[in-house]
Amino acid sequence: MSTAATSELNPNVSKATASAAAQAAKANQPVTFGKALNTALADALTVDESVVIFGEDVGTLGGVFRITDGLTDRFGSERCFDTPLAESGIVGMAVGMAMNRMRPVIEMQFDAFAYPAFEQIASHVAKMRNRTQGRLPLPMVIRIPYAGGVGGVEHHCDSSEAYYAHTPGLKVFTPSSVADAYLMLREAIDSPDPVVFFEPKKLYWSKEAVDLAQLAQDYEARRTPGSEGKARIARAGSDATLITYGPSVSTALEAASLAAEEGLSLEVVDVRSIVPFDDETVGASVRKTGRAVVIAEAQGFASVASEIVARVQERCFHSLAAPVLRVTGMDIPYPAPTLEKFHLPSAERILDAVDQLQWEA
Amino acid sequence: MSTEDNSNRFSEVSRKFGITPEDYMLPARHMINLLNPDGSLRSDAEQGTEPGHEYPLPSPARLLEAYEALVVGRRVNDQNSALVRQGRMAVYPSSHGQEACQVAAALCLEDGDWLFPTYRDTVAVLTKGVAPMEVMTSFRGEWHCGYDPKAYNCAPMSTPLTTQLLHAVGVAHAAKLRGEQTVVVAMCGDGATSEGDFHEALNFAAVFKLPVIFFVQNNKYAISVPLAHQSAAPSLAHKAVGYGMAGERVDGNDLMALMAVMGRAVRLAREGSGPLLIEAHTYRMQAHTNADDDKRYREDSEVAEWVGKDPVIRMRAYLDDAGLLDEKVQGKITAHAEAVASTLRDGMNEEADTDPLQLFAHVYSEPTAQLREQRELLADELAREEA
Repeated sequence: MSTAATSELNPNVSKATASAAAQAAKANQPVTFGKALNTALADALTVDESVVIFGEDVGTLGGVFRITDGLTDRFGSERCFDTPLAESGIVGMAVGMAMNRMRPVIEMQFDAFAYPAFEQIASHVAKMRNRTQGRLPLPMVIRIPYAGGVGGVEHHCDSSEAYYAHTPGLKVFTPSSVADAYLMLREAIDSPDPVVFFEPKKLYWSKEAVDLAQLAQDYEARRTPGSEGKARIARAGSDATLITYGPSVSTALEAASLAAEEGLSLEVVDVRSIVPFDDETVGASVRKTGRAVVIAEAQGFASVASEIVARVQERCFHSLAAPVLRVTGMDIPYPAPTLEKFHLPSAERILDAVDQLQWEA
Repeated sequence: MSTEDNSNRFSEVSRKFGITPEDYMLPARHMINLLNPDGSLRSDAEQGTEPGHEYPLPSPARLLEAYEALVVGRRVNDQNSALVRQGRMAVYPSSHGQEACQVAAALCLEDGDWLFPTYRDTVAVLTKGVAPMEVMTSFRGEWHCGYDPKAYNCAPMSTPLTTQLLHAVGVAHAAKLRGEQTVVVAMCGDGATSEGDFHEALNFAAVFKLPVIFFVQNNKYAISVPLAHQSAAPSLAHKAVGYGMAGERVDGNDLMALMAVMGRAVRLAREGSGPLLIEAHTYRMQAHTNADDDKRYREDSEVAEWVGKDPVIRMRAYLDDAGLLDEKVQGKITAHAEAVASTLRDGMNEEADTDPLQLFAHVYSEPTAQLREQRELLADELAREEA
């Protein structure tokens, strides 16, 4: 289901942003993931005057990861501003602003620093529409830089998506490509529902040749297919399916390249939209290959990966040649920087799991 | 935000009253109290007012309007408690004894202004104009909130403590960014002032200088825990100065004082003076809910003492003595209260009629594929039951 197909399109979008995006990127020049997010925010501020951005250090500094760089200068301190250092306050104030006809896009500085806001998110952001029988929708985006692989200290590397995915009323997106970073953030901001938008920290500096101006034009002309509820085939293959999302997509792609050298063809499915989940694309891939491994950085117990395994075996049991396996973070608190490599899924660990998919049978 | 010097932020408003910023922010030495428990008007010296904390008496018409809402509120509380005893409603947190606070919180606002109530603030929600049976939807267990918050500018009654204060801040902030003159009253109780969101909401409101009135009904207990276990502050109103906002204490069983204090607070907020914290001293005459046993934590003598401070009797005595309330007017007011009570009784006697398939309708703007599957599952179950 794409946002463009829903009945509650963002009514505030009026102006076009092609010129803004054009300034940000020339055709097919390498663009970072972070710049794509920054451009998406700028374009949303341009086309929709109800969009406001706030959080900790997002104003003058431009965010600790510079995702809001230049926005206060360009759009003014009423559109992009710093708040007191209080996450529950940031989310709670955003709820009230969304109640009063604005579209807040707020930043939680790091995954684990979003926990003080959990009550506001679980009890209000997620439930207000339902509580009021649809009368009080809360269009808002909570951006959360998440996951590890960047040598971060404690509380800076959590993969906390399961808490939010478990909470009905929230949509949960996580892009893994530069184009998706732009398009999915635009889509999240235009969504009539609250979206928790997980940005893999290790991808902020990754580059791809992407024409952001063209993407902006296509998005605003509704020519791009929506990504909400749509998984993406990141690499086509025929022997087994690697199902993954966010920071683990690049690891899965690396594993697929290594496997190809051995003559094994692995398909990589990037879930992108954890909620709503695309059973169709995931199921079609597994039915085609007959084997699957689910990969995620988060601890595996009671995780999004567990949910995907359950859904795949419920829907694809008769197509499966082997049990669906998981390669996830260990069930331990996130380790200190020098030890994180032992915790995180690696290409080697993924290939070991692929080896166990009962190829002899 | 600019880096303006905080010491100057209140110079304008304190100059207006001819007092220092600190004296503007600190509550008056005594709580504001205009009427004695017997309804007689206190002398100027006894009212608790002081320079910069002056409260002119509300007009007779305004007092009569408030008194009518007070009588209706008392009747609603007692009717709902009766409905719970008769087993026709699961739960009702009564504000019996606190009706003057309830009425003042809603009546001080103008049409475009917003009210953020808690679960105990049924009477305030009714006074804001919400239809009686729409308020009762949650207590009869039909749905969590039965009214349209945008139609009444009244947020859902909050069950979690103080989370709604931040929503109030957000509504005020959005209005301010659009240049609208909206004032927001955000209600909570004494126990709730211990919550983290109380702090965050007051701090955000003060930093962004938003027109929010934080209205604390200090009814002395958080279920069973007395105020002394919640706070060691000189008063809850004193907490205001720590955030850089003005605080005031008022007798929460004195409707005249409440109308005066809340009316001035709304005027100041609308003029751009920033947020205010008003602490109303009142008393919860009944248990926390019907599931609570208040004899385990307070003495009958304490409750009896507050019977003598009843807000309804006090206001009626004043209006009688002032010649503002003849039998005809009182009769009209009583009839109004009875009509509302009758609406509640009739409404509660009707069977709740909610389509179970609505459970999937409002989780998202459109049900997800997974929710559509679960909806079909339930629809099949219902069809089998009917067959």
